[in-house]
Amino acid sequence: MGLFDRVKAGLRRTAQLLSTDIRDLFKQQGRLVDDKFLTELFAILVKTDMGGGPAGSIRDQVGREYRGRVVEMTDLLASVKAKLLELMAQSDQELRLAASGPTVIMVVGVNGSGKTTSIAKLASLFRGEGKRVVLGAGDTFRAAAVEQLTIWAERVGAEIVKGEMGGDPASVAHRATARAVETGADICILDTAGRLQTQANLMQQLSKIRKVAGKLIPEAPHEVLLVLDATAGQNAISQAKGFSEAAGCTGIVLSKLDGTAKGGVVIPIRQQFQLPVKFIGVGEGADDLMPFQPREFVEALFADAVK
Amino acid sequence: MFESLQDGMRAALKTLTGKAKLTEANMREGLRLVEQSLLEADVSYEVVQSFMERVTAQAVGEKVLLSLDPSQQVVGIVHQQLIELLGPVDPSLPFREDVTVYMLCGLQGSGKTTTTGKLAKLIQQESDKRVMLVAADLQRPAAIQQLHVLGEQLGVAVYSDPNTKDPVKVCQDAVRKARQERIGVVILDTAGRLAIDRELMDELKRVENQVRPDKVFLVVDGMTGQDAVNSASAFNDALELDGVIMTKLDGDSRGGALLSVKQVTGVPIKFIGTGEHLDALEPFRPEGMASRILGMGDILGLVDVARRAVDEKKRVELEERLRAGQFTLEDFRDQIMQFMKPGLMMKLMGLLPGMGDLQQMMGSVDTEKDTKRLVGIIDSMTRAERRNPKLIDSSRRSRIARGAGVEPVEVTQLIKQFDVMAPLVQGMAGAGMAERLRKVRELQAGGLFNPGAQLMREKKGTGKRLSTKEKADLRKQRERELRRRKREERGR
Ligand SMILES: Nc1nc2c(ncn2[C@@H]2O[C@H](COP(=O)(O)OP(=O)(O)OP(=O)(O)O)[C@@H](O)[C@H]2O)c(=O)[nH]1
Ligand SMILES: Nc1nc2c(ncn2[C@@H]2O[C@H](COP(=O)(O)OP(=O)(O)OP(=O)(O)O)[C@@H](O)[C@H]2O)c(=O)[nH]1
Ligand SMILES: [Mg+2]
Ligand SMILES: [Mg+2]
Repeated sequence: MGLFDRVKAGLRRTAQLLSTDIRDLFKQQGRLVDDKFLTELFAILVKTDMGGGPAGSIRDQVGREYRGRVVEMTDLLASVKAKLLELMAQSDQELRLAASGPTVIMVVGVNGSGKTTSIAKLASLFRGEGKRVVLGAGDTFRAAAVEQLTIWAERVGAEIVKGEMGGDPASVAHRATARAVETGADICILDTAGRLQTQANLMQQLSKIRKVAGKLIPEAPHEVLLVLDATAGQNAISQAKGFSEAAGCTGIVLSKLDGTAKGGVVIPIRQQFQLPVKFIGVGEGADDLMPFQPREFVEALFADAVK
Repeated sequence: MFESLQDGMRAALKTLTGKAKLTEANMREGLRLVEQSLLEADVSYEVVQSFMERVTAQAVGEKVLLSLDPSQQVVGIVHQQLIELLGPVDPSLPFREDVTVYMLCGLQGSGKTTTTGKLAKLIQQESDKRVMLVAADLQRPAAIQQLHVLGEQLGVAVYSDPNTKDPVKVCQDAVRKARQERIGVVILDTAGRLAIDRELMDELKRVENQVRPDKVFLVVDGMTGQDAVNSASAFNDALELDGVIMTKLDGDSRGGALLSVKQVTGVPIKFIGTGEHLDALEPFRPEGMASRILGMGDILGLVDVARRAVDEKKRVELEERLRAGQFTLEDFRDQIMQFMKPGLMMKLMGLLPGMGDLQQMMGSVDTEKDTKRLVGIIDSMTRAERRNPKLIDSSRRSRIARGAGVEPVEVTQLIKQFDVMAPLVQGMAGAGMAERLRKVRELQAGGLFNPGAQLMREKKGTGKRLSTKEKADLRKQRERELRRRKREERGR
């Protein structure tokens, strides 16, 4: 399966839902664009979790272009897609890898968003490229978090550096990077405990882990990935802000896109923080990770809308 | 910062308390704000729509009975309806004679396993029942260990069976064992699953059919967005839900998904999770949650905070002076400084409606700078001038402007602004809450909450809002002009 097909496969639910909704707007040939029409469009957009603001601005743009006219589906979608693409246009998609020595990737996010699983998926991706991977089990808080990562490490063939339960996560980060340097590994991925962006001391701990990760490898961490749950609503904006401030996020992994949730909140996040989505998670397995492609993302959302 | 604060307040107050009478038209605008706020809180679109209809019907019915302030009326109705929709409360955990079985289900990562532990702890505390946790999640790596760790922490039994892949069997065996060992309560921790995963939803149905849990609780992440209606209705269709538990409400999520879930399932909301520790489970209270979701800024609370901003001692002094009609520029300055306290700003914002866009608010340091300029002007005055601005003639004005590094016209504007405000502020002394509320509204028009922007607005001479870039340009222009003047002065 090609990338586009896989994206579409992961987003099929989304596309189906959205497209049925949009098709409902058009009973015959076309429909008069009036307030009622625009309200229906607004509803469809809001349901993607993009938020009332962005949805409103798209609605207004459609209104400006089409109000009083009878429109074809394709015209309308072209306008919506153009607007979405404009918002999501990004060039900083690729992971930044170290020129030499291990690349250090730190993974952060709120509780249960999918950090540990995403790390397993990333590790699996790198292993597939023949790279050697060290994982740092930096969640020393949650029950059996270390065991969870250990199982994944075994499954994907990565080395794991563990800390004591209740121990200092920064020291795990230090030992993991040291291990990666020592063994000449290509990749070192640091897991962190889930936390809410409002917990000041825990956010500060992230800053510390980040600093420690750069002790042995000056450029590290090369990437700080924020894992966002696609089912999250507008609070994800606060998450992006809080985690970026504390840990200097460089990109987003949008997990759980295989459900009915649409993950549209990455649109305002991109708009406000210039934070690119780098990967999407589309399942619980080690292979269920795909690079995020804005054009495909937008296309896949509306792929079945016409025809 | 001040600007958006003022915008939010102005919008809220203008639409909600602006007119003496609650008309169809101004109610619609108030309701529109409520609607916006609910969407911002992640209440699902359809749920918002049906809720707004209900509220409107209610409000129209009460129109003739208007004896309250319109804002109180509208917000009061909305709040009341929210409480009604979220209620009634039922934090009970009923037990039967022999073995009571509770089952938790929900999406991946919503907090089922942790909540299993929390419920066990609660039951341990509130009854003499012995509890057994059952590891029915055979999917997630280390899910079984996770439950064992929690069991150890709590000192309760954990049942797991490494030799089977069938959660139905695990649950059946566990209940049998509990019966043998006379353990009164069994809690089933099931695997997280997507509502559209046929196979796994069927598995859940099989557990329900064959183990017959007494209560089935849906565990919902407090940060969930619009998808809440989809997943909740799927779980509700597949199972006989008895209650909802919403987790992760210890953060800044508004938790509007709870309204959606309540609407589609109709079952009581039992508990909320407020932390990762096992004691962080609270009985659900609709009043608090309604305010949290509504986020319409308790306007009375705002007045209260604003009043407390001036520390107690100063406040007493100030009130004395106000009563005596002696509100001076010095007091004005103190007030401004009080409003610049960062913690206070955050608190005020938390109380304000439509304040979702924190970024934008915190980003505009411009206004803060302008506020400093304003304070600078007052600081450049002599004590006598501060006490009696009438002393300030054109030569004094030039001196003050030079001292503060501003243009003389800005000094004039500040004094004008103060003239407008002083009587209003004075009117606040000793007033009751309702009266204060009205005064705050007037003060805003006078610019107390936005002293810096007042200067800026006059400078531009237009009422339209400027983009950040335009503001930056204007500021640069102003600073250039100031530098030029300073150079000239030095040259003289
Ligand atoms: N359907 C689906 N489930 C996912 C995806 N990513 C993760 N999950 C599931 O979500 C749950 C939580 O994932 P974790 O990786 O443990 O999340 P975490 O962020 O590490 O959680 P904490 O460390 O407790 O904060 C698990 O049941 C995962 O299997 C995804 O892309 N799709
Ligand atoms: N801040 C906060 N975190 C919570 C709360 N409840 C659970 N968590 C955290 O959320 C994460 C996921 O919790 P779990 O109990 O593992 O979730 P689950 O539903 O069992 O996950 P799966 O079994 O993978 O579907 C963990 O990091 C928990 O510590 C809560 O009320 N507040
Ligand atoms: Mg984890
Ligand atoms: Mg679990």
